[in-house]
Amino acid sequence: MKSAFVWVALVLVLAALAAAPFFMQAYGLGLLIGLMGYVTLASAWALFSGRTGYISLATVAFFGIGAYMVAAFNEVLPYPLVLVVAALAGLALALVVGLSTLRLAGVYFVIFTFGLAELVRQLVTWYEINVTGTLGRYIFMSLGPEHIYWQLLALAAATLFITWRIDRSRLGLALRVIADDEVVAAHLGINLARTKLALFALSSVIITLVGAVQAPRWTYIEPAIAFNPTVSFLTLVMALLGGASRLWGPVLGAVPLFLLFEWLSANFPNHYSILLGLLFIAIVFAVPKGIVALVETRFRTNERAFRPVAMEAEGKP
Amino acid sequence: MSATLLTLSSLSKRFGGLVAVNEVSFQVAAGEIVGLLGPNGSGKTTVLNMISGSLRPTAGSIDLAGARLSGLAAHRIAALGVARTFQLVRILPSLTVGENVLAALAFRSKPLWGREARDRADALLEEVGLAGRGEERAADLTYIDQKRMELARALGAEPRLLLLDEWLAGLNPAELRLGINLIAALREKGMTILLVEHVMEAVRALCGRAVVMNAGVRIAEGATADVLADAEVVRAYLGGADD
Amino acid sequence: MLVTTIINGLVLGGTYALVAMGLTIQYGIARIMNLAYGETIIAAAFLAFVLNGALGIAPLPSLLIAAPAGFALSYVIYGLMLRPLVRRSGGGAGLEVNSILATFGLLFVIQGIMLVLFGGDYISYSYMNFGVDVLGASVAANRLLALVLAVVLGGGLYLLLTRTLWGTALRAVAVAPQSAPLVGIDANRAARFAFALGGALATCGGVVISMYQTFTASSGVIFTMKALIVVILGGVGNLAGALSAGLLLGLVETLVATYVSPGLTLAAVYHIFLGVLLWRPSGLFGKARR
Repeated sequence: MKSAFVWVALVLVLAALAAAPFFMQAYGLGLLIGLMGYVTLASAWALFSGRTGYISLATVAFFGIGAYMVAAFNEVLPYPLVLVVAALAGLALALVVGLSTLRLAGVYFVIFTFGLAELVRQLVTWYEINVTGTLGRYIFMSLGPEHIYWQLLALAAATLFITWRIDRSRLGLALRVIADDEVVAAHLGINLARTKLALFALSSVIITLVGAVQAPRWTYIEPAIAFNPTVSFLTLVMALLGGASRLWGPVLGAVPLFLLFEWLSANFPNHYSILLGLLFIAIVFAVPKGIVALVETRFRTNERAFRPVAMEAEGKP
Repeated sequence: MSATLLTLSSLSKRFGGLVAVNEVSFQVAAGEIVGLLGPNGSGKTTVLNMISGSLRPTAGSIDLAGARLSGLAAHRIAALGVARTFQLVRILPSLTVGENVLAALAFRSKPLWGREARDRADALLEEVGLAGRGEERAADLTYIDQKRMELARALGAEPRLLLLDEWLAGLNPAELRLGINLIAALREKGMTILLVEHVMEAVRALCGRAVVMNAGVRIAEGATADVLADAEVVRAYLGGADD
Repeated sequence: MLVTTIINGLVLGGTYALVAMGLTIQYGIARIMNLAYGETIIAAAFLAFVLNGALGIAPLPSLLIAAPAGFALSYVIYGLMLRPLVRRSGGGAGLEVNSILATFGLLFVIQGIMLVLFGGDYISYSYMNFGVDVLGASVAANRLLALVLAVVLGGGLYLLLTRTLWGTALRAVAVAPQSAPLVGIDANRAARFAFALGGALATCGGVVISMYQTFTASSGVIFTMKALIVVILGGVGNLAGALSAGLLLGLVETLVATYVSPGLTLAAVYHIFLGVLLWRPSGLFGKARR
């Protein structure tokens, strides 16, 4: 009975959100698009990082690739196919990153993702200068802002639904076991690398799609715009503040922080990133449990995975 | 004697310059309980870790009923039917007691999930003496109950070979009695068990055969009573690790 | 051509080695994964730029300002920001996550301050910009000076850490932080000192870099990245490893920039990183952990 009520309420909220563009001015809709984008980004980020403890600093690498794929293919392919191409590009990058780092301790993954956006930005820049000969691209598409909004809303709803399903599935249990103790997880028959890789790929594809769907908003795009590191940073802050291991956590973090960031960037454009940084440090200090409760356990197990089990036994050197 | 289940051939493990296990060979037949004995630091747990896949052997091989285990990752070995408990009990602290067992059911080679899995988990908890406690947080259990839960988790995998690493250590006499009975009951069901144990009372009561290691080398193997009377074994234990 | 390239590679590699030594000290001894490390480097580069332009102090003497400033700033940052995190984690593993997150925030703060002060343009100044003949190739004097400085500073630090009692104490903390108090070493003080020392190396590196490279307020990330890769390549906490790995990275990067494309240097760096991760995660010069 209770769950039926929750479902009805969710459908009503979704319907109300879907109807929002009919009652809004351009500015309000623009705000809503940005908000929905970050809700999806933070939720998708948390789907992997919040559940495995591998902190990804590369959100914008995937986001930017999605945007760039749209810029590159919007005039040669029909729109749905453009999205497919973007998703595949994000998937390919996720597999490269995941296969090379997810078998190792979390810190290698953090380091790898830390420079990844910069690497992709340089590669795209290099390609554009040396192969296509121009740096910027224009995106002329007849998609109105309300269509972009609806796509993002659908993507956000899908992300939350997928997360909800995963949390209740065997995969969800596997993730919780891995977060608690990787050694036990492996001894129960869980394939650690494949589980993490699958989740990372899923999360990355969603993030790529957010970038792809939002791309037409820019009309002009160049690497410095598409690969703006602030996107990675904001996503991380929102998800962590809200609680990255819970279904609704990232949403709860994204809504107030997005509005705050909008206000900050409108009123303090020059000091924006200083304020962001200070705010983030404050969050790390003020809500440590909200931030690390889950992530922490992961790194502990990770360290254990580094040292073989034998070390705790029999007084080995 | 019944068919050989586990075969270790010239198994060795080196940590840098230290040879923890040196050319150890022995076999375990299906349905028997074998004790792996030896003083601290003799390499017993390292052998167990190599069987379960926590460690990769430096040399030698491990086979389980014709399948080569050595070199496989731990999750592959688990899928082939090896389950274990850990010397320092390893619970999944953020999960409930029931979920700890459920985790074993959900990821074994013939997985169980949903209603069926919950029933099976409840039955396993009952079997180890934790009936009706599935909803409690694993971290809140007492040490002995955590050990029980760990055993239920290992049994949940329906292993062909169960590895117990000092599962009876740290129990008081009454608990020890219960523990021995629990393992004896598993033997009645035909479970094959390799156990590392210092509690000689348990070894005498449970193990038909024993393998003794010292300084990484196998120094004796045979019927438990004979092995424990062996002069070299007594010398290895000099100072009375026989607690 | 090749000789020039190799010398330029050694110059760049020397700088990387110098900078990575600071990071490997911070991570190896203080256990802080400092993602704002590159911002410290760039801040020092700006300092040298300002001192050179506005006050007429040449980069070489400005090292005498930059190094203590880097030391003091890092000392304060450790005390204010990181020490509470260390205390909270109680030596546990939460520290790694916390320090990554906190210094990631710090990165944006320092970068933001530099953007406000200097804007986002590429900056450079001219210092000892004349050619010197080395083995028949012409090499800019400022680059040779950079190499000499890297050797002197890096070598000095190496001797300090390996040949003095005080250095041995620091390295002891790196190996066994729990046991250090048993032999009378204050691990907390050692960690703070190590973090500050790493900061001083970063600022020295920044001044050296500013002598021969252009930079922007947002270049820090790349330097952090390269320093991290050098540290992993050399093995965490391993000074000699950082030296060799830094030189290797500088050579590879310069060769790629000269013979392939300057736009692909980071890609080359990542290739090396990938290779190491797949082949020897404990580092080329690190001891295998298993």
